[in-house]
Amino acid sequence: MKLIFEKSCGGHRLDLLPPCDVPVKSYPDELLRKKTLLLPELSENEISRHYTKLAGRTFGVNDGCYPLGSCTMKYNPKVNETAAALPGFTKIHPLQPESSVQGCLHALKLAETLLCEITGMDRMTFQPAAGAHGEFTGLLLIKAYHEHRGDFGRRKIIVPDSAHGTNPASASMAGFTVVSIPSGPDGCVDLTALKEAVGEDTAGLMLTNPNTVGLFDKNILEITKIVHEAGGLNYYDGANLNAVVGIVRPGDMGFDVVHLNLHKTFSTPHGGGGPGSGPVGCKALLAEFLPGPTVEGDGPYRLETPEHSIGKVKAFYGNFLVVIRALAYILTLGREGIPDAARYAVLHANYMKAELSRDYDMACPGLCMHEFVMCLEELKKQTGVSALDIAKGLLDDGIHPPTMYFPLIVPEALMVEPTETESKETMDEVIRVFRKLKERAVREPEAMHELPLTAAVRRLDEVTAARHPKLKYEAETE
Amino acid sequence: MGSYIATSVQEREEMLASVGVGSLDELFADIPSEVRKKGKWDLPPGRSEMEVLAYMERLASQNQVFRSVFRGAGAYDHYIPQIVKSVVSKEEFLTTYTPYQAEVSQGVLQSIFEYQTMICRLTGMDASNASVYDGASAAAEAAAMCRDRKRNQVLVSATAHPDTIRTIRTYCFGNGMEFLLVPEKDGMTDIEFAAAYSNAQTACLYVQQPNYYGLIEDAGTLGAAVHQAGGKYIMGINPIAAAILKTPRECGADIAVGDGQPLGMPLGYGGPYLGFMACTADLTRKLPGRIAGETVDAKGRRGYVLTLQAREQHIRREKASSNICSNQALCAMTMAVYMAAMGAEGMAQAASLCASKAAYLRNGLKEAGFLPVYGSRPFFHEFVTTSPIPAGEVEKQLEKVGILGGLPLAEDRILWCCTEKNSREDMDELTGLLKKMTERGGGL
Repeated sequence: MKLIFEKSCGGHRLDLLPPCDVPVKSYPDELLRKKTLLLPELSENEISRHYTKLAGRTFGVNDGCYPLGSCTMKYNPKVNETAAALPGFTKIHPLQPESSVQGCLHALKLAETLLCEITGMDRMTFQPAAGAHGEFTGLLLIKAYHEHRGDFGRRKIIVPDSAHGTNPASASMAGFTVVSIPSGPDGCVDLTALKEAVGEDTAGLMLTNPNTVGLFDKNILEITKIVHEAGGLNYYDGANLNAVVGIVRPGDMGFDVVHLNLHKTFSTPHGGGGPGSGPVGCKALLAEFLPGPTVEGDGPYRLETPEHSIGKVKAFYGNFLVVIRALAYILTLGREGIPDAARYAVLHANYMKAELSRDYDMACPGLCMHEFVMCLEELKKQTGVSALDIAKGLLDDGIHPPTMYFPLIVPEALMVEPTETESKETMDEVIRVFRKLKERAVREPEAMHELPLTAAVRRLDEVTAARHPKLKYEAETE
Repeated sequence: MGSYIATSVQEREEMLASVGVGSLDELFADIPSEVRKKGKWDLPPGRSEMEVLAYMERLASQNQVFRSVFRGAGAYDHYIPQIVKSVVSKEEFLTTYTPYQAEVSQGVLQSIFEYQTMICRLTGMDASNASVYDGASAAAEAAAMCRDRKRNQVLVSATAHPDTIRTIRTYCFGNGMEFLLVPEKDGMTDIEFAAAYSNAQTACLYVQQPNYYGLIEDAGTLGAAVHQAGGKYIMGINPIAAAILKTPRECGADIAVGDGQPLGMPLGYGGPYLGFMACTADLTRKLPGRIAGETVDAKGRRGYVLTLQAREQHIRREKASSNICSNQALCAMTMAVYMAAMGAEGMAQAASLCASKAAYLRNGLKEAGFLPVYGSRPFFHEFVTTSPIPAGEVEKQLEKVGILGGLPLAEDRILWCCTEKNSREDMDELTGLLKKMTERGGGL
């Protein structure tokens, strides 16, 4: 379809702002831009239809099953949106006097209290805008903690090779050296490897539990103890919290610092890649290093910067309106609904795993937590049909593919996370389509490489896109 | 209690049977009992939708919505066209994930491609990413892009927004880059200092335009100073001002960043906003985060994909250009729809309204005894005045009558801001009130 620039017609416009009611100011020429600003010239109707057409070429959670592993694509409740659109939140300037923002501060304090109870932490900052941003923040807390004690030798962060890619990338941004340790085939930490890796240079360990193969690491207490005994701290990657939210707490597993993805576990929408929110909770020993300001007092509330704060990781207080959505969700579910979300997320994953195990190999047999990883290596060997082919095949039946080729320790991986908000009927349909694709892979493997057939476009040439990047529209006249 | 689970008891039993376990709790058998929380969870009982909404409304009502806002300092109260709200609340855009599956994400990918084009046109740069968290983190990410083996020092102008300065400093604490603050001189970046301290170790210089005090910096000269020493030049710009002011490219910038909030995002107590980032062609492969690119499908049709992914964390892990994964995609769409709705003419009109009103207010305030501090310098829509009465007192008195006054910078300094939303009538009211206050030496 046409780009918005190609639809642009000279002279079409909207009338949005009033005429100037004061003398018009002008600037000397040397301050003004020379290059003409070229933006589309369209009527409101034309813009509206353009985006409606784009929406029609976009697949959201509301369009169908979205079992994207590690991403927790659960339903995004409407009441959250209504709450976040209240003028008493949207029209509040971040630098208003404290007396005029008590509602915002109360909301942040309440969200902190509830999420600290859920994670077993003592304090929390909402400044990080996303999970990776939270990882970076949490690692800086660890760094500040060691340096504050005068221990400058702890430069290494241990990360299992099954970890999310953000973990090593965040450790690197925080100035640490990454020590990758092997995981077992079940994604669980190899205790011997961990014991060998820790030492006086260990700043900490980053871990997600359940791990990226979808299993709860039973040795968790021993793992966190090994790190603590070596003088390091334990960082919990909250990406997979939906499996155990309300069931077990990172703080009770021996973790000292944790980030949450409010856009995963706490139902806020993903928006095509953001905005999310990645609050960081920590045990009391790290609280003095948190980014400032934090909310203090219990009404009236005030903003204060912790004594040895690492500084700010973004302007103001974080993606506040996303926190409002998550708060509405937590209040709705409450103490019964929160663990129920985890229970049904886990039930649904196990149901799909059990059913699909009849036709597909699993990276790890048996029960799983909120997600499971299929291994299509054997299928590929026999038929030439890859995980990618099966994933693309799902698109023709209105199903979003699972996460592909992750975790890296599983060859030809498809990682499936149905979440608690999918119905059995929907999951049965997904299972049926998976089976159909398996049969077809055996019967006519060549045809599978062509899928999808019904989407807006067929498979796209990613190699050319990267080799000869075309990253913006250029009219022939430019 | 509220719930979004779509499974009946009967369906639950069917599924448990299929799995081969007797109860939901059995699914969690792998979790050792000694890890379980002892005692009850201190969480409130679940509530109905009606109760939750009423509660949230009560929280919102504990905030004061000002009828008239004269405060900016990094968050600006601009008019948001209705089409913007309508487009970005479409469920497809709201609920979709990062567009990894290009075949069913052409809509969102094309919108990112269009956004990138608009950012390039606004800044004059060659390549834009799909957004980062906000203007402050964009500045910090930009500084990290400029590092190489020999150049490890970041120069940051003291006239940048304090939160931007703090954020860059925090990122430097992380990645080990050396942070050096270039002092201000009469409200502007000290050019002589910047030139004197730019050397073979300098990775980059960061300057905000217009700066924190609303002044228009001599951006070209500053760029030349750091370039002379071989460092890169980063400009943080206001996107409304950018419609009329010299583009970062025309000022010699290698990277242009800024906060997109003024273009369609509500104040929202500080977020979500978005950071935009654009650079010259030679730096493209150092950009952090998602980038959409044009390509063709198997049938030769034009399409879009996330591209240059070899820079990113999910491929490169610890060697990635940044750890960023989630960005502010929906905010980027907001900004793009805003620019499409306003058009170049509307953007320039907004900029002109802001500048004209600020000039008008500054004159009015002068008459009320609030004198401009940097009188002769060109400024955009913010400016600093003296305050004949304690600045905190001015703020408090105005708060009482529903006006959010300028931001107190010190006991006798206030940073004011105007946008197209401030009518002449509102400004006359403000100056009238301040005149009265000055005459009485305080209260209203």
